[in-house]
Amino acid sequence: MVYQLLDERGLCQYYQLNDHPGINLRLSVRKDKFAFLDEEKMNTALVSFKNETETHTTLYLPQIHCSSCLYLLENLHRLEPGVIASRIDFTAKKISVVFRQQQISLRQVVELLASLGYEPYISLHDLGQSRPGLSRSMVYQLGVAGFCFGNIMLLCFPEYLGLKVSSDASDKALQTAFRYISFVLALPILFYSSIPFYRSAWGSLRRGLLNIDAPIVLAIWVTFSRSVWEVLSGTGSGYFDSMSGIVFFMLAGRVLQDKTYRQLSFERDYTAYFPMAVSIVAPAADSSRVGVPGPTVKALPDIRSGDTLLIHNGELIPADGILTRGKALIDYSFVTGESAPVAREIGELVYAGGRQTGSSIEVLVVKEVVQSYLTQLWDRQEKPAPAAPLRPSLSETASSASTQTTRLRASAPARSPFALTSSDILSRYFTYVLFTIAALTAVFWAFHDPARIASAVTAVLIVACPCALLLSTTFTNGNLLRILSRNQCYLRNAPTIERIAATTHIVFDKTGTLTDSAKADIFFEGKPLSPEDKNAIAAIASQSLHPHSKALAAFFTGKPEGPVSHFLEIPGKGLEGYFSGHHIRLGSSAFITGNPDSRQAVHIAIDGKYKGVFRYANHYREGIGELVCRLPMPCSVLSGDTDREKQRLKEIFGPDAELLFHQSPADKERYISQLQAAGKQVLFIGDGLNDAGALRQSNVGIALSSDNNTFTPASDVILNERQLWQLPAFIRLCRSGHRIILASFIVSILYNIVGLSFAVRGELSPLVAAILMPASSLSILLLTYSCSGLAGRLLLRKSAKPATPDVSGKRLRSSATAQK
Amino acid sequence: MSVLIILLIASLSVALVFLGLFIWNVRNRQYDDGFSPPQRILFDDPPLITDPEHLHKN
Repeated sequence: MVYQLLDERGLCQYYQLNDHPGINLRLSVRKDKFAFLDEEKMNTALVSFKNETETHTTLYLPQIHCSSCLYLLENLHRLEPGVIASRIDFTAKKISVVFRQQQISLRQVVELLASLGYEPYISLHDLGQSRPGLSRSMVYQLGVAGFCFGNIMLLCFPEYLGLKVSSDASDKALQTAFRYISFVLALPILFYSSIPFYRSAWGSLRRGLLNIDAPIVLAIWVTFSRSVWEVLSGTGSGYFDSMSGIVFFMLAGRVLQDKTYRQLSFERDYTAYFPMAVSIVAPAADSSRVGVPGPTVKALPDIRSGDTLLIHNGELIPADGILTRGKALIDYSFVTGESAPVAREIGELVYAGGRQTGSSIEVLVVKEVVQSYLTQLWDRQEKPAPAAPLRPSLSETASSASTQTTRLRASAPARSPFALTSSDILSRYFTYVLFTIAALTAVFWAFHDPARIASAVTAVLIVACPCALLLSTTFTNGNLLRILSRNQCYLRNAPTIERIAATTHIVFDKTGTLTDSAKADIFFEGKPLSPEDKNAIAAIASQSLHPHSKALAAFFTGKPEGPVSHFLEIPGKGLEGYFSGHHIRLGSSAFITGNPDSRQAVHIAIDGKYKGVFRYANHYREGIGELVCRLPMPCSVLSGDTDREKQRLKEIFGPDAELLFHQSPADKERYISQLQAAGKQVLFIGDGLNDAGALRQSNVGIALSSDNNTFTPASDVILNERQLWQLPAFIRLCRSGHRIILASFIVSILYNIVGLSFAVRGELSPLVAAILMPASSLSILLLTYSCSGLAGRLLLRKSAKPATPDVSGKRLRSSATAQK
Repeated sequence: MSVLIILLIASLSVALVFLGLFIWNVRNRQYDDGFSPPQRILFDDPPLITDPEHLHKN
């Protein structure tokens, strides 16, 4: 269908650009799914600019992945005349569309995109405040610093070359002019480019801490004051070049280290998970559903208790409520960690955050969105959740959530923005040593030549600024972040590297982390099935949307042929139907044999005869066993699920690992704080909302995601699930970062000793300073860069699997080409 | 030697122009997306961007 559309408009270049364009052709979108976009309120939330003729909007398209996408989406105006122009921001995966609202509505634009396979991701988050723009101030500061640094260097060349100033008055005037221009050029460095250092130093000083930026600020000011004094008194040219160079290199390191991943968010809250609007069957006013013309749409924050919501297959339940119509089969795996979907009957409670699978249901809202269980899971940190009578009945796993009302904040002090890193602690010793040397120098000169005290002491402070330490830290961290992100492991910030390196215990979540929730291992017990029987079972199973049926249909690889007649799905029980004259029944034990059995299984009966049973087990990610073997520290597994997988987990993790089941979100959090109380640095890996508390509590929280754009709870690290097997290598890499910083610190101390030997004698000439400063900065820069690059290459290659590591990706692609 | 001062002023103003260009580039989000522009230039039939300024306003 997409091909036809493209062919008509002559956009076939799309298929030539890439070998595998269009990897995910989604299932067709429900017809009125985007009806809510016709509403004024939601419309204005998404539109950024509007006048009489045209409207501008920016939409998030997580599916963008290649140049063909770019080509296709930027040619939207050819597919739809109402679109004036469209432009892609590839790294942010966003499309900006300009369209004429007389010809095409926002809803139609969104539907057009969805029909091409690029369904915009519109969440409640978009309805809220606009996000703060990316801070670019540091880049400007870097640009200004670079400009001033280069020009000051140029102006200082005559001094470097030691050109003798003749007694000629014009020469003298020229020299003075050069010095004054350098002075003027140093002002923006001091008052604009250095602002980040002032801010950070002040922030930590106010808390009574001494971080690395404090001695740096001191060095900047001492250098500046001494230079100003020299220039004004005409005694020398000052050290403006060294000062601007330091600031420039340090800012460059900071920019590298603080590089953010624009397409990722580490601070997502529930609003990014919830849809923007839901269909309402009956508003709260007339709860008798008589005479209501049809479903309307309502923005999520406007939902009041008493409204009746219509939830379609695959949609999220946004608020706690009572099921009033239909048969609910709700997948809570993201919220509770239970892998099996939960069946609910009419009159039972359903909780927000679950995803309905199967037919549409109607839910009467009893709690508004902000009060629902899911929202409270998130907000527990800020405000203790009031114990509500509703909540404990969600399931056993959630029952203790209300009891845990207070959080142990004291055990997570490492998260504050002004926390001290190991480089800060090093720099503190450094500062003490520095002050001692400066004092000794002052005392020495006080006895020998008091006139030289000032110049010697300032020279010591200028030379021994810990900028080399800062440079080695920022450049090493920046490069490590880059290496990790190339392996699809995205860290929130640089201190996370240190915390990963310090980890002494790893805790895994089971569902969705060790296991792949999208897949299940199926075992058949019973008499061997004939090919006809298999074909028939696959045909029947493919009629249903239940996850078990879907897994079963996928289990038989061949495409079933022939029609299914008299198909019947009995929710919560099973399926039946006729296929080539045979009566096929699939379903629960109670449905087929009459004996109830709680295990997850699909029993088969053909023409009334019992054939056997398909049992389901979690599918563990490839390479998990190997991963556990290579981990350099003890680990535990927490699961919100039942303990039916205990035996298999024991085999994988060995006898030493602690395995805990039936863990509620609060239990997980408590377990981690217990480990922390025992002095351990805990790294937690999880994926779902049920792990949100544990992710926050742990020293390092790693959220797994299937691709970089799906929703993840707030965490320190976002790791692509296909890269999980590389975790030991990532940890080792972070540890090597520490050693690299130490090594380059030693190198910088060597430079300092050379510089100080000049400085304490009061003989630091601008030439020596001008050679030492860039030489030490550049050599440290090269050292850290090459070392961390080498470490990354060695560690990640060593851990590279001989087998194809990207199996799932390939499979995805080949299936996509088959679809075409 | 006063010609040196003139040269100096000239070189500084050229450098200032480049600084201004750099700031304009950053502000104009030209460094935000390093992937699309090099791809876009390769398309045979470039998309008709009637007014690229509009897209940067939002």
